[in-house]
Amino acid sequence: MSSVRVLVGTHKGAFVLTSDGKRERWDVSGPHFAGWEIYHMKGSPADPNRLYASQCSGWSGQVIQRSNDGGKTWEPVGNQFAYEGEAGTHQWYDGTPHPWAFKRVWHLEPSLTDPDTVYAGIEDAALFRSADAGQTWQELPGLRGHGSGPRWQPGAGGLCLHTILLDPSDPNRMFIAISAAGAFRTDDGGKTWRPINRGLHSQYIPDPMAEVGHCVHRMAMHRSRPGVLFMQKHWDVMRSDNAGDSWQEISGNLPTDFGFVVDVHAHEPETIYVVPIKSDGEHYPPEGKLRVYRSRKGGNEWEALSDGLPQSNCYVNVLRDAMAIDSLDSCGVYFGTTGGQVYASPDAGDHWMPIVRDLPAVLSVEVQTLQ
Amino acid sequence: MIRVVLPAHLRTLAHIDGEVKLDVTGAVTQRAVLDALEAAFPTLRGTIRDHVTQQRRAFVRFFACQEDLSHESPDAPLPEAVVKGMEPFLVVAAIAGG
Repeated sequence: MSSVRVLVGTHKGAFVLTSDGKRERWDVSGPHFAGWEIYHMKGSPADPNRLYASQCSGWSGQVIQRSNDGGKTWEPVGNQFAYEGEAGTHQWYDGTPHPWAFKRVWHLEPSLTDPDTVYAGIEDAALFRSADAGQTWQELPGLRGHGSGPRWQPGAGGLCLHTILLDPSDPNRMFIAISAAGAFRTDDGGKTWRPINRGLHSQYIPDPMAEVGHCVHRMAMHRSRPGVLFMQKHWDVMRSDNAGDSWQEISGNLPTDFGFVVDVHAHEPETIYVVPIKSDGEHYPPEGKLRVYRSRKGGNEWEALSDGLPQSNCYVNVLRDAMAIDSLDSCGVYFGTTGGQVYASPDAGDHWMPIVRDLPAVLSVEVQTLQ
Repeated sequence: MIRVVLPAHLRTLAHIDGEVKLDVTGAVTQRAVLDALEAAFPTLRGTIRDHVTQQRRAFVRFFACQEDLSHESPDAPLPEAVVKGMEPFLVVAAIAGG
């Protein structure tokens, strides 16, 4: 019998939500790491019992936790993220040079094939890798060192590397995204990188079509078609059909094209999901109605999905790492809100129900499909 | 023995019940006490002071004998009462929201 395990990171701890394949009844465990911010938790595709969690606090900094038993028990592993060589400077909000300094791990991406290899996207933006199950971390310095690093500037949430996509067809190809530098690709396992932002248009930077400086909020791909990328930018939903070499806008009939999350159906590579948010100044759904929008045509034509979601007086946000998709035959979609709700749809978005309603603000949601 | 009291969230992280008692060889300073603490509980590395600079994290304070020692030199001797184990060295999470 299949089952699912939803890993929820919140502002004050982690929660693990489990259900059988019907996804009607849920067990909730937690809070784990109570009182700490859990920016992200994710399981290894190669060993679903191997989980990694990013735990941090304003008082005590960064801790990385590892579980070898699907989240029943955890142990702290290495938490030293030292930039390679001279750290240098990036731009501060006012355009002045600012020293690169580690703040926290935003995203952990386990290898597709090796449970002991995991990537970490950090603030101030850099990519790290551990090949010993999180005990030690080494920077992949080619990303910051490719030339544009001194021009990167933080978004409102900080200069964070928040998206890491591993190409299942080519172990040397990875995509990452940084707010507010943009998207980057490596084709040689992380040694060298290049910006892949052609076609992005951002009015909030002096040159709206600059090589870097775009506030990418999230990217997603379908594993069967890794050359096709979808992006929720600060404003604009975008698509690339050539691994990021160029992008075109697919916002179409969305009520607003601001938002944070974007994800792809497990079995239909042209079916994608976003949660429109009113604006960058008003981080809540338009009209107080929480709606997921689905396109079955890879963008441009969108339908609102609202059955089971609050349709009045709803003013929560859905943060960039807070949507996930399971791979059961009837594809499940999950997302968490800053109001502490985690919603699930067992039928690809047609109907929704809350799994939990009153958690601390949700920072991240991941799901594992277990056999 | 040097007595160290940690904030609750760090005791939980390092699986510590109550006070920590440490043997510190040589001069008893903040640096020597924290070195001994981190050697005994490696999980605490990076949570009280920065891995690289060894500077106290901004929202952590060090108290002893009703004094705030946070801005003392890490190599200054700690009070005699701490050295003799009569008073604990307190690692405190500042009241800083969160």
